[in-house]
Amino acid sequence: MASLRYESQVRQPLVEGTKDYHQVTEDICRPVESKPSRLWWIGFLVSVALLLFGVLSVAMEVTYGTGQWNLNRTIGWGWDITNFVWWVGIGHAGTLISAILLLFRQGWRTGVNRAAEAMTIFAVMCAGQFPIWHMGRVWNAFFVLPYPNTRGPLWVNFNSPLLWDVFAISTYFTVSLLFWYSGLIPDLATLRDRAKKKWSKMFYGVASFGWTGSTKHWQRHEALSLVLAGLSTPLVLSVHTIVSFDFATSIVPGWHTTIFPPYFVAGAIFSGFAMVQTLLVVTRKVLSLEEYITLEHIDVMNKVIVLTGSIVGIAYLTELFMAWYSAVPYEWYAFKENRLNLNSPYGWSYWIMMGCNVLSPQIFWFRKMRRNLFVTFFMSILVNIGMWFERFVIIVTSIYRDYLPSSWSTYYTPTIWEVGFYLGTFGLFFTCYFLFSKYFPVIAIAEIKHILKKNAKNYKADMTPVENESLDAYAAKHVHDDHH
Amino acid sequence: MSVQKFVVGNFYDEAVLFPAVKKVRRAGYKLHDVFTPFPIHGLDQAMGLRDTSLHTAGFIYGITGTSTAVGFITWALTLDWPINFGGKPFFALPAWIPVTFELTVLFAAVGMVLTFCYLCQLAPFVKKDHFNPRSTDDTFVMAIECTEETNETEAKKFLESVGATEVTVMEKETGWWLGRYDHDTMRFQKSTNA
Repeated sequence: MASLRYESQVRQPLVEGTKDYHQVTEDICRPVESKPSRLWWIGFLVSVALLLFGVLSVAMEVTYGTGQWNLNRTIGWGWDITNFVWWVGIGHAGTLISAILLLFRQGWRTGVNRAAEAMTIFAVMCAGQFPIWHMGRVWNAFFVLPYPNTRGPLWVNFNSPLLWDVFAISTYFTVSLLFWYSGLIPDLATLRDRAKKKWSKMFYGVASFGWTGSTKHWQRHEALSLVLAGLSTPLVLSVHTIVSFDFATSIVPGWHTTIFPPYFVAGAIFSGFAMVQTLLVVTRKVLSLEEYITLEHIDVMNKVIVLTGSIVGIAYLTELFMAWYSAVPYEWYAFKENRLNLNSPYGWSYWIMMGCNVLSPQIFWFRKMRRNLFVTFFMSILVNIGMWFERFVIIVTSIYRDYLPSSWSTYYTPTIWEVGFYLGTFGLFFTCYFLFSKYFPVIAIAEIKHILKKNAKNYKADMTPVENESLDAYAAKHVHDDHH
Repeated sequence: MSVQKFVVGNFYDEAVLFPAVKKVRRAGYKLHDVFTPFPIHGLDQAMGLRDTSLHTAGFIYGITGTSTAVGFITWALTLDWPINFGGKPFFALPAWIPVTFELTVLFAAVGMVLTFCYLCQLAPFVKKDHFNPRSTDDTFVMAIECTEETNETEAKKFLESVGATEVTVMEKETGWWLGRYDHDTMRFQKSTNA
């Protein structure tokens, strides 16, 4: 059977319960086709309220200028850029899951990729807000684009990492969106063909682009997914690399290190997976999709978290070692006095970062902990707190003490509008996620069906005759399978 | 783009579908298409479809992006308005790698998706006939095109003999038209000889 690749019975099933193709459709479409629960409404309205508060905060900032924030002469990049880097980092897990794990043929990605990609897109949308509104005169934001202008034309500086960021983030957003939506089209067609109400027939009809499921179309769809995955893989690595260049190409002590690109990418995957866990632990329960997002999925993602958390930990230590070993007094001062020293104004943030990012994920060496939903959820929140502090540490502790002690600026605290802007992006993120989980299938239906007969629990027994066969007999029978 | 007659059969198992595709082709029927709810690897070869060239198109879009970036930045920063950044060379190729890379990816991705939509004729408000709505759920729907030589009764019997169920003769529009799925819209009148 060409369509049935062999998969060892030893592997954990990726779909629990007794499923056939129709049951898969039913299970995943049910949340879309039924009325949202009270819990959904509460969550959605809270998110919208947060979003509105964010809009107010941004309106204050636009009206009165960035002076509404407590930024000062040395700390020019306080909460705002911290939040930017934090959200961009979170926006890395989706593409990692859907692209890199596709290339590595990791079957478990099918259960979580759709929701993770959606999360990526929403996180990048949130991230994009920060540099844009930080411009202050936001009506001039289009100056970052290289367009023929009346100032010469004076082109943008293509040698600047800040401009690379413009290209990286906008490309990343566009490509992620295309990747996500092209994958959604067949599933939207499934919803369209099941729709009973006029409104949903129309909505899913328009959204599914007239997809029919023709074999030729599937063939092209597969080719498209594979190439987009191949393109997204270096893209996702490039994006956070370029974000790290914003810091690493400067000569600020604490920023000026060559380890930043891999360190940022590992951190991005780390925090992104934590956010995926936060969302999926709740989503699978609320939408009763436990049979598709199984404990096995949670377990595997926790393994990624302990791996990337440890990479990040090694990066912290390497950075610290190099600051000392380089014998650059300014570099060592930034680490010793601004970070390690718990009595310094922001020393506490360094140790929160260390505790949340390096120590706490080590709990996931234990299988029991990896499969404990409460621990997973708690840890996922802790990791994202830690990763927020990582960016805060990098930005604030590096710049609050200038080369000139007279311009040292301790005790930077954000204003309500700075905090409000951050909360507003949470509102944006969760508003989008709530709408997504109501109107779109949160699991890739077609992809689950594709792996169903190989990885579902009730089909595992089909592999028994194959496993009992001798290697020669198996080869003789199956070797020509791919050449019909 | 016309209304044609098809003999349509449903399959519920890939293990039945594959031999059926082979037999139908060997028997000389004109296999119009097989509609499936998910990609079935090897079905395209079994149906004798040639491989897609979408990859090649993607490559061409990619290098278009590369050359656009390198060409434009070179022109802007060395010819149109060279700016002295700390005495560094105007032609600073290493510093342009990030933007060049991003544009390569952007052009390739956008170009490929548009090409994909064009080739498959997919767009918002496009409506198509696809025989059985369950083919996006759990059914593999095979459609044999009726030509002048096709004997419908024989074709129906043959399709049943290779394992298809609920075999029917249908008249369907093969192309697409602008329409919404909540309305019964047709681009052409259905032929009335039935």
